[in-house]
Amino acid sequence: MFVLKVAVEMKNISKTFADVVANNDVSIKVKAGEIHVLLGENGAGKSTLMNILSGFYTPDSGEIFIHGKKVELTSPREALKCGIGMIHQHFKLVNSFTVAENIIMGNGNSALRLDMKAGIEEIKKVSQEYGLQVDPKAYIWQISVGEQQRVEILKVLYKGADILILDEPTAVLTPQEAEGLFETLRKMAKKGCAVLLITHKLDEVMEVADTITVLRKGSVVGTVNKADVDKRKLSEMMVGRETFLRTGKIDNHPGEELLTLDRVTVLNDKGIKALKGISIGIRRGEILGIAGVAGNGQKELAEVIAGLRKAEDGRILLRGENITGLSVFDRINRGISYVPEDRLGKGLVPGMNIQENLVLKKYRSAAFSRGAFLKISKIREASREMIEKFDIQVSDMYSPVKFMSGGNLQKTLLAREVSDTPDVLVTSYPVRGLDIKAMESIYDLLIEQKRRGCAILFISEDLDALFQLSDRIAVFYGGQVMGVLRPEQTDINEVGLMMMGSKKTGVA
Amino acid sequence: MNSSAITVILSATIIAGTPILFAALGEILTERAGVLNLGVEGMMLVGAVAGFSTAVLTGSPWLGLISAMLAGGTMALIHGFLAISLRSSQVVSGLALTIFGTGLSGFLGKRYIGVSLKAPFVKIGIPLLKDLPFLGPVFFRHDAMVYISFLLVPVIWYYINRTRPGLNLKAVGENPSAADAAGINVFRTQYLHVFLGGALAGLGGAYLSLAYAPSWLENMTAGRGWIAVALVIFAAWDPLKALLGSYIFGGLDILGFRLQVLGVMVPSFFLKMLPYLFTVLVLVISTSRRSKYVWSGPGSLTKPYYREDR
Ligand SMILES: Nc1ncnc2c1ncn2[C@@H]1O[C@H](COP(=O)(O)OP(=O)(O)OP(=O)(O)O)[C@@H](O)[C@H]1O
Ligand SMILES: [Mg+2]
Repeated sequence: MFVLKVAVEMKNISKTFADVVANNDVSIKVKAGEIHVLLGENGAGKSTLMNILSGFYTPDSGEIFIHGKKVELTSPREALKCGIGMIHQHFKLVNSFTVAENIIMGNGNSALRLDMKAGIEEIKKVSQEYGLQVDPKAYIWQISVGEQQRVEILKVLYKGADILILDEPTAVLTPQEAEGLFETLRKMAKKGCAVLLITHKLDEVMEVADTITVLRKGSVVGTVNKADVDKRKLSEMMVGRETFLRTGKIDNHPGEELLTLDRVTVLNDKGIKALKGISIGIRRGEILGIAGVAGNGQKELAEVIAGLRKAEDGRILLRGENITGLSVFDRINRGISYVPEDRLGKGLVPGMNIQENLVLKKYRSAAFSRGAFLKISKIREASREMIEKFDIQVSDMYSPVKFMSGGNLQKTLLAREVSDTPDVLVTSYPVRGLDIKAMESIYDLLIEQKRRGCAILFISEDLDALFQLSDRIAVFYGGQVMGVLRPEQTDINEVGLMMMGSKKTGVA
Repeated sequence: MNSSAITVILSATIIAGTPILFAALGEILTERAGVLNLGVEGMMLVGAVAGFSTAVLTGSPWLGLISAMLAGGTMALIHGFLAISLRSSQVVSGLALTIFGTGLSGFLGKRYIGVSLKAPFVKIGIPLLKDLPFLGPVFFRHDAMVYISFLLVPVIWYYINRTRPGLNLKAVGENPSAADAAGINVFRTQYLHVFLGGALAGLGGAYLSLAYAPSWLENMTAGRGWIAVALVIFAAWDPLKALLGSYIFGGLDILGFRLQVLGVMVPSFFLKMLPYLFTVLVLVISTSRRSKYVWSGPGSLTKPYYREDR
């Protein structure tokens, strides 16, 4: 064994946002040629630390050494110059640009003229070297999330980065795509790159990590070699106690069909068919999981049920009543609730406080208003109750919800929707980006609703979550249902293949 | 109407369209960087008065032109400071700039009202080209500033679409965070193009006071700055379409005058209204396209960028 050189050393880094301490005296060392995983609950400060390393955030204090030399990373540009490239949780790509334009933009090359041909040739070289297939001439909005991620990786490699940061890269990938990504990461590590990886999935950690640093509440709990730990130990380090994931398959037998989609066709924003005449039904007390790579019609499915999108063709029935033409408002009154994937955009109003968000759908009712005036004290009381019941962590009842962590945002949103005791609950990616503890409480919440007799449509790209919770799983690909399976009669691999378009005959 | 009357009208159309063209080209550069500057009218006025006074004092219209660009650019930097550095509302700051520029130009220009310019830009025919049938009298018997505008259109088009800095500019306007992550200096890109936008607006103003009139009148832009702002949308942020649009507006502008000369009985107020009516129509049509699929301008337009934002 030869000794690996330290590529990155961050010393005593602290960073505070307003009154939140995101990083508290964090020190970490990453060697060239290793895959180093950062682990921690939501809000532990992982993204903050990596944003500091990539020049996006300026630390309040602390020092950074790259290959032994002290550096001031005042901008992403400076970080890139030091060979640091980051693939962010939300991709930093220009959607209206082509793949090649995204990779080439911002390059140090001093030539005035933009030589796309030469650029594309170079991109092809790098993409072959690492086995990252992309079409340089395709537009970003045309390609899948997995491809977009490859573009992001190529972009930083093209810029010559040898320190690579990936923030929850597998959250949006199929198992097969994730496997491909790990292959690439291993290849890069072998070439001497330092790879920093953030993930919530312990299976992945055990698969690719060489070294693991666990953060909790902004501080380092410890740095360990993978060989010295197991999943149980890691989750203990993360949350300070053991965790278990429940399964949703409690023994209530689903009742009659509540919601039926009958050959429904829907267009997406671009005017292309996103759902091509699909038929599915959900029963009382059932959780129907919807699997699929994002962008295969799931969003449109949720929106057409909620009434936010028009069905071009087909019918939607609720308890046998045709609701295809009804407005969102009418559907809410008939007991349909929708929890959108975009927590802060569509789900909650970012600039309003938690009380206002919690009563957003009910402030008109006599309980909360008289004429044009709101009964503030009643609203506060009801909010307190909900916050307690759903165990939402809030530091301040009056600060805008945009400063809350992902898990707490999701709980707030679900609390609002569920307090209506809906008959049908449509949830899109409710556990995306959530840590194990937050995930547990969301699962509990959903199971509670299922027990109550609610029909739940559970859209997710997290196959583990789908298998744990769903009574049946419908796999979507290209706007069609590739098959409906019972989790106990299939496995993750089969569903993963169906998510990429292989069809399964026979319906569960 | 005989052919010489038509060439006269077309030639006048180009002259009337030129100040709008300068300002619109400038606003295109500014907006491509994601910054909306509604201060065009104000910057044009300040450019007009700065150019005129410099030309009177030095006797050189060229020095006037440079001074107009610097004045317009400086005005724009005020907007840049408010919109980029302080991240205040671009709409409010731009409107304030127009009000400020209107007042400032009126104040500075008081003593130049009625003063005549000894050496304005004069028409120079371009050898050979000026003798082309039809094209010659329409395009090649103008003053130097018109020729500058002819050159600027393809130059700016090439800059935006075929150069590296142009690509970086577009990236900043579409998604400053992505541009930042790619190592582009967002701050500098925005300031530079806001400045250039102001300089071009100043040039548009100077065209009125140094060539079109040539004299200084209070409020002499008469809404052309606003037309330029609307034109940018009509032109879909494309310099070539801005050229076309400017001449359409220029044509409408002089149409009223010409119709009266020809003895057509149309109320003059109605004719004066035409360019503005057309502006409203263009805005309605260009913003009501049904599909969201159509590119509708730089993605981050009017949105201030702050790196540590969530
Ligand atoms: N730009 C910001 N403005 C204000 N507060 C922020 C900002 N970025 C992070 N925070 C706060 O800092 C804390 C740490 O956030 P960070 O995003 O680093 O967590 P994380 O470990 O990446 O969590 P997750 O697993 O949810 O991605 C959180 O409390 C968060 O609310
Ligand atoms: Mg994060």
